[in-house]
Amino acid sequence: MLSPDSIAQIDYEIAKYPVNQRQSAVMSALRIAQVEKGWLSTETMDFVADYLGMPAIAVYEVATFYNMYNTAPLGRHKITLCTNISCALMGAPEIAEHLKEKLGCGFGETSEDNRFTLKEGECMGACGDAPLCMINNHRMEGFLTPEKVDSILEELK
Amino acid sequence: MVIKGGEVIFNTVHLPESWKLSTYVANGGYAALRKILSEKTSAETIIAEVKKSALRGRGGAGFPTGLKWSFMPRHFDGDKYLVCNSDEGEPGTFKDRDIMQLNPHALIEGMAIAAYTLGTRRGYNYIHGEIWETYERMEAAVEEAKAAGFLGDNICGTDFSFHLFNHHGYGAYICGEETALLESIEGKKGQPRFKPPFPASFGLYGKPTTINNTETFASIPYIIREGGQKFLELGKPNNGGTKLFSVSGHVNRPGNFEVPMGTPFAELLEMAGGIRDGHTFKACIPGGSSTPVLPAEIMMQCTMDYDSIAKAGSALGAGSVIIMDETVCMVKALERLSYFYFEESCGQCTPCREGTGWLYRVIHRIEHGQGRPEDLDLLSDVAHNIGGRTICGLGDAAAMPVQAMLKHYRHEFEHHIEHGKCMV
Ligand code: FES
Repeated sequence: MLSPDSIAQIDYEIAKYPVNQRQSAVMSALRIAQVEKGWLSTETMDFVADYLGMPAIAVYEVATFYNMYNTAPLGRHKITLCTNISCALMGAPEIAEHLKEKLGCGFGETSEDNRFTLKEGECMGACGDAPLCMINNHRMEGFLTPEKVDSILEELK
Repeated sequence: MVIKGGEVIFNTVHLPESWKLSTYVANGGYAALRKILSEKTSAETIIAEVKKSALRGRGGAGFPTGLKWSFMPRHFDGDKYLVCNSDEGEPGTFKDRDIMQLNPHALIEGMAIAAYTLGTRRGYNYIHGEIWETYERMEAAVEEAKAAGFLGDNICGTDFSFHLFNHHGYGAYICGEETALLESIEGKKGQPRFKPPFPASFGLYGKPTTINNTETFASIPYIIREGGQKFLELGKPNNGGTKLFSVSGHVNRPGNFEVPMGTPFAELLEMAGGIRDGHTFKACIPGGSSTPVLPAEIMMQCTMDYDSIAKAGSALGAGSVIIMDETVCMVKALERLSYFYFEESCGQCTPCREGTGWLYRVIHRIEHGQGRPEDLDLLSDVAHNIGGRTICGLGDAAAMPVQAMLKHYRHEFEHHIEHGKCMV
């Protein structure tokens, strides 16, 4: 079950598509559900499937196909570092080392205090700001330096 | 990051809050839409104007826009759709984000003009997942345009109606492929469809659909307002207009630069502050990660347009210029790119699903000192067997960089294999 606020947001998305095409809102619905719950459990995905009138398997397919959905529980904050070519040229490997050392975990892992999950990302379409990362999917931080990373980590309690 | 303004799309970026409707209108915005609506300009006239402008698809393929528009069935009873591909995820590409960020109404007006021309009443703008703030900006711009009567029912008091909606992606490079993008809007995995049928006959929800890139749509208001001829003359024959070039990598001032088509590459490099201080220019990937790499000497002779870069053996692509200096190991660079295509292959076609894994693993072992002498032939063979054997272009996109790297930098790969380490 999702909160009335999330449901209202999903309804707004459904209205963007022709009446018989509720399934088109599945990507937004999963995003909205994830913002509320932190990750997409089977229960949450089943709820979305029911709400949109889709087979549950079709929802699981979408949730596992797109990279930004969390299909397992994770730390309080997710940091996705772009390591693709332009970011790599501008020092993403050093930033990656710094993050791994600070958090004590590698890509795809969660820090021991459960504050952070670190992920490796692909090009985010913002290579002019390289190197960069995404925080919890919806906030981008560019021109990363080890110092800037430290202050971001500090701020994210 | 630097933004260099220009005549067509970044004409207002120096103004405060350039993204606001009021700024746009005060600088000639929505005049083109108003004009065609009040004069009831025919679709043929508009398409002829777009053809005259020599505007070519800015998403990477460079297909003539006017011609694409003429494929759309004009007299078709039932729904037709207009779709904007703002799913830019090709490494090195970051121009559409700035268009939506700094001049979203140029995109909206361009789409409204296209909708009027093609007889579509509904459109979707598919935005790359990782740029949430840009999605929010577009949502706000659509609301502004609706409130001002430039979108919705009875636009500018006429009987023309067009409803535009933003669709937010959530992280899949393949959705930049137009039919995968349509699948994605339909709420499915983004797996490309067989073509034909092409979207102009069987597109979104199985209906006729025209898909263009963000920059392509955003160029339309200028063409209608100032005329196709003027746009054409900004660039060069067959390569009309200005174009946004995204310059990233080893330059002093990375950024987006709106310059005329045909601008010498050397000038663009200078605008980006030149190669980062104390280093020398080694190589350039001129149009996004899937376009073949070119050595500095060749690149310095090019002008920035479709024809010149094609003649040099690469492609202008989306105008995504990745600059590498002498510190870059080409084996390592290719390893990262191959990993990307391996990771992003949708898995439908065997040559791509398996082949991208082969490419990555072989390059990975070369990079890590375990390469074998026969590996270079193996790489060419695998790349050759992916190219042209898949439903969509991702397979080719994975194969092309490999072939170009081996052509120009074979010695670096050989050195890795022979000595187990890097030569740079
Ligand atoms: S390569 Fe990192 S954002 Fe494009």
